Amino acid sequence: MSAAARKPPRYRKHPVGAHYGLGDWLLQRLTAIVMAVYTVGFVTCILVSKPATFPQWKAIFSGTFAKLATMLFLASLLYHAWVGMRDIVMDYVKPAGLRLVLELSIGLTLLTYLIWSASILWGR
Amino acid sequence: MSAAPQPKARPKYYDLNLAHLPPPGIVSILHRISGLALFFPILPLLLLALHQSLRSEVEFEQWRELLSRGPVKLVLLGMFWFYAHHFWAGIRYLLLDVHVGIQKEPARTSAIVVLVLGAVTALIAAWRFW
Repeated sequence: MSAAARKPPRYRKHPVGAHYGLGDWLLQRLTAIVMAVYTVGFVTCILVSKPATFPQWKAIFSGTFAKLATMLFLASLLYHAWVGMRDIVMDYVKPAGLRLVLELSIGLTLLTYLIWSASILWGR
Repeated sequence: MSAAPQPKARPKYYDLNLAHLPPPGIVSILHRISGLALFFPILPLLLLALHQSLRSEVEFEQWRELLSRGPVKLVLLGMFWFYAHHFWAGIRYLLLDVHVGIQKEPARTSAIVVLVLGAVTALIAAWRFW
């Protein structure tokens, strides 16, 4: 055996998994800001226009800007909820199988919410 | 392998009473509980309400009638509170992230402010809604 073959193998530590933690952490905060801005805007809009009838209520969500803003809000909410719900599952559910099932159900539920939201805003 | 001497089982005293948490702890656990409740069932209920109330005038009036009932109003107040608390607690966390009020005392004060603001906002929202 040559000396080169006995060299210790190059070793790199991978102490954590897929390195998505920081990105998720940051996006959770960015989506929070989007939602906070939308919330203030929506509440102001309701307070100013005071929708009391069906046509008035419908008018609020009829403009392209309102639709896009609402969709952006809902999409942010769903990503935010994904991070938060996954945090809860990671904290309290230890068995890997159950955790996977729960995370899958949460993901599918959120996807359903997203498609539903789009169809509410642009459907009919 | 020789068995290592088993350490004597020591008693554990967990204080699981949430009311014994300091204010920042109460804000934290309420942030989590309200977040879970907002994911389910509040969000699907809101989407359902939005879906039906925008679909036809008849359904709009049905929702208006439903929301005017006493017990439903109480549920609505609870939803407002969850949303308001999650909102204000979230603002507090965003500020803590950029080290605003990160010291123990201001963090404690802001936690109390968040608890009060959440309740007050929910009450104002409910009052304006009816």
